[in-house]
Amino acid sequence: METMVVSFLQGALGSNWDTVKPVWPLVWTLAKIVLILAPLMLSVAYLTFWERKVIGWMQVRIGPNRVGPWGLLQPIADGMKLFFKEVLFPAAADKKLFVLGPIMAIAPALAAWAVIPFAPGWVVANIDAGVLYLLAVSSVGVYGIIIAGWASNSKYPMFGAMRASAQMISYEVSMGLGLICVLMVSNSLNLSEIVMAQSKGRFASYGFDFLSWNWLPLLPMFGVYLISGVAETNRAPFDVVEGESEIVAGHMVEYSGMAFAMFFLAEYANMILISAMTSIFFLGGWLSPLGFIPDGFHWLAAKIAAILFFFLWIRATFPRYRYDQLMRLGWKVFVPLTLIWILVTGVWMMSPLSIWK
Amino acid sequence: MEFKTLLFYIFSTITVIAALRVITAKNPVHAVLFLVLAFFNVAGLWMLLQAEFLSLALVMVYVGAVMVLFLFVVMMLDINIERVRAGFWANLPLGIVVGGLLAAEMAMVLSGKYFGLANLPPQNLPANYSNTKELARVLFTDYAYPFEIASVILLVAIIVAVMLTLRRRKDNKAMHSSDQIAVKAKDRMRLVKMAPEVELPASQGDKA
Repeated sequence: METMVVSFLQGALGSNWDTVKPVWPLVWTLAKIVLILAPLMLSVAYLTFWERKVIGWMQVRIGPNRVGPWGLLQPIADGMKLFFKEVLFPAAADKKLFVLGPIMAIAPALAAWAVIPFAPGWVVANIDAGVLYLLAVSSVGVYGIIIAGWASNSKYPMFGAMRASAQMISYEVSMGLGLICVLMVSNSLNLSEIVMAQSKGRFASYGFDFLSWNWLPLLPMFGVYLISGVAETNRAPFDVVEGESEIVAGHMVEYSGMAFAMFFLAEYANMILISAMTSIFFLGGWLSPLGFIPDGFHWLAAKIAAILFFFLWIRATFPRYRYDQLMRLGWKVFVPLTLIWILVTGVWMMSPLSIWK
Repeated sequence: MEFKTLLFYIFSTITVIAALRVITAKNPVHAVLFLVLAFFNVAGLWMLLQAEFLSLALVMVYVGAVMVLFLFVVMMLDINIERVRAGFWANLPLGIVVGGLLAAEMAMVLSGKYFGLANLPPQNLPANYSNTKELARVLFTDYAYPFEIASVILLVAIIVAVMLTLRRRKDNKAMHSSDQIAVKAKDRMRLVKMAPEVELPASQGDKA
């Protein structure tokens, strides 16, 4: 695609192309970033709408239906409202860090998309250590919440920050260990290669590709990863960080207007990111479920949408976990389970029964 | 100037400023956050040296986990800043000695040309060279035993840390979640069979 754009620009600009050429890599990279982030922000907006609709239907309500046809302009109206509201600073807040908090929350959620492959070759940075990059960037996300909680200089935000740092670190461990199984069977840290490794296998040779994806041989890890993903994004039923009935809204109590909206955007961007990661690691990314159907980006989008629906579904279904139950689930159930399954996967791969040769 | 060189100067300038602010910041929380910034920029510098595994591991382990716990502790402490700064002049000589040693060692590394450190074999890396894979190969073949010993030492350290802080209070009334989940209806409730109450005929009630 880049060569096409370059040749078009060369024709259009003529001799002016030489002045553009030195900064071309920068321009091209920025264009790719915009190409990913603009649809992402739109998806975030409509994910909030979809969430309200889905939960409404599940609770036998109608959900938002006033603004625009079928309520479709509701997220735009919400965005405008938040945009024009004043950002208040508490008198005792640490102003610099108070501003830094929302930025640190949203930056990793967006930066992680650099290594996500959308289709063969459709990736901003096709780096070798893609999984490591994802783990590193997503581990930085907790700073936004902690900084916001501390800088607010108020009690509920502080509680929220404390809970967030404990919860997010705990579930990062089980997510990382769950991914180790995926790395072992796909023998690569590159996300595109992880997807391609799932297109091979006995079932794939029969045409039933979806049975060759990682979710089936690594079924316990798929479950652990999905549930840890919900906990990592602080979504219900693991939303003790902002539990309304206990600590009002946790780290977001003192935020208003666009600063609050940044946390909101970060949460939903993280949800989409976790769904994309789950699709790539366990559900075969852009691969089609049956051999005779062509692969393509729409399959990844469909898988992401399905997992996002799962996020909304469990929010409408389960009551909030108690804090000690949450910690127990992370450390006493998931971490031992992942450690055992790493061992099982290792033995399986070395045994004659290995399906990954 | 190459773009990489520009990146190097940006990363190293921020690293030095952040490192200075770590020791000059009055608020310990700010100091920890500057340390995080310094780590992040050092990770960027390592990335420029094509050590992507080390660089990402630094972000993941130090920035993502260790410093979060640091911040966690520092935020909970009620530190009296005046008292922390009181011992500055008393501890200064020791600090100068340690700092001088560090500076001398750094000087030896940086002036490696004079000590013959620059005579490393030239690196001719193929295009598909993966730093992570090579590191893993060496770690799990040539250095498998040292690696295992190191991991056992870390495991022992974890267990010791848990054991040292583990104390079971006698008045602890915390419930075990698994016990709570395993509760059956018959443990809590006893169903008694009894004959049904027979209501008196209405005519008798009217007379009374």
